[in-house]
Amino acid sequence: MSERIRVLVAKPGLDGHDRGAKVIATAFRDAGFEVIYTGLHQTPEMIVTAAVQEDVDVVSLSILSGAHMGLFQRIIDLLKAQGADDLLLIGGGIIPPDDIVELKKIGVAEIFGPGTPTTTPIEYIKTHFAAKRAAK
Amino acid sequence: MRPIERWSENELADAVVRGDPRALAKVISAIEDETPRGREILDLLYRHTGRAYRVGLTGPPGSGKSTLTDLLARQIRAGGETVAVLAVDPSSPFSGGAILGDRIRMQTAAADPGVFIRSMASRGSLGGLAAATEQAAEALDAAGFDWVLIETVGVGQSEMEVVGVADTTLLVLVPESGDGVQVMKAGLMEAGDIFVINKYDREGGDRIQKEIQLLLSVLHDRWPKDAWLPPIVPTVAIREQGGAELLAEIRRHRVTSDERSSLDRRRQRTREQVSVLVRARFGKETWERMDLDARIESELDRVIAREISPYRLAETWTNELAERLGGKRREA
Repeated sequence: MSERIRVLVAKPGLDGHDRGAKVIATAFRDAGFEVIYTGLHQTPEMIVTAAVQEDVDVVSLSILSGAHMGLFQRIIDLLKAQGADDLLLIGGGIIPPDDIVELKKIGVAEIFGPGTPTTTPIEYIKTHFAAKRAAK
Repeated sequence: MRPIERWSENELADAVVRGDPRALAKVISAIEDETPRGREILDLLYRHTGRAYRVGLTGPPGSGKSTLTDLLARQIRAGGETVAVLAVDPSSPFSGGAILGDRIRMQTAAADPGVFIRSMASRGSLGGLAAATEQAAEALDAAGFDWVLIETVGVGQSEMEVVGVADTTLLVLVPESGDGVQVMKAGLMEAGDIFVINKYDREGGDRIQKEIQLLLSVLHDRWPKDAWLPPIVPTVAIREQGGAELLAEIRRHRVTSDERSSLDRRRQRTREQVSVLVRARFGKETWERMDLDARIESELDRVIAREISPYRLAETWTNELAERLGGKRREA
């Protein structure tokens, strides 16, 4: 894989608050990532199409609407159908602890809740890909 | 099935020609990363290229290039043809990262399998942004897309080179682009095959249109008699106005240039492509093999102290290269 880490930052669903997504997109850029930012109201189909076409290493979703279980499940199903489920899927937003356990079972790598410093997901991503490269 | 990273170059190239979007995306990544694998696949793909028509869109930030690209893509799709978009945005000179946000304005085309959108960061590659863009366009061409739209901010030399790989270049302006003299100053007049005045419903649209018309007619008088006179197309991309007229002008330019495209011109263009490519590869290879980054680093203090000049360094290393290559040096 490339030295440059490419990340898709997207907001699925109907809620209209994209401040968090913009903050994380900027922090990712400053960490040296190439961020593909798709903005609000993305359907799972649009997110997966973008992830495939842009050949991203990470899909980072911001979900505040409460519809996270269904959205993540649908995105994972679509990624699998495309053979692209090897990428790192993470999320941020207001998600109850019990749901986080469930999401991790279906293939979400990590969820970062409100108040998480932006350095936490950045370090998480960097560590993940450093380990992956070392394994090769 | 084996993971796509383990596919052979032949398998990947075949998948691209079949139109497999994931293979195409992986190949564009390999091209962007300037890997030997990417070059190998481009070599395999080359005989499948030469069919797609390339349109470049450039203009100042905020002129609505992405929205216009979206409009054009939909107009092309409405006619039943397929379209790929390469959206080039600058990398941050500080972190090397980038925010590539062109997909935001390309939502309507985003879920259509006849549309492929790829964002590219300019990075700081020695191989050159224009070369990477041209190669990505060739991969999209080989994948069978009828049209390739290349969109970039037109503010610098490298961006102008990017649109240079297009068959038709659109220069996108807005009423706020100022008076025609500023456009002329920027050296943009000669770059556009078609001038688009987007956001035409705003104050000053007709004024800038008249000024550009005037400037073009002045310039046109000095060009060869049968030279293409760039048309000016007003659009309001956000309201989906002007798309059909714009596509019609692009098709007209295409027909005109096809008629005029003599063997000489094709040879000229091919000569340029090969030269640029070989120059870039030579530069990169030599640079790395001679470990020039490290050597420059170790000489920096001496240069700053004026103990040695940059000119002496360049001369010494060039001589070293010439010696390594052997043979006779051609006298200038």
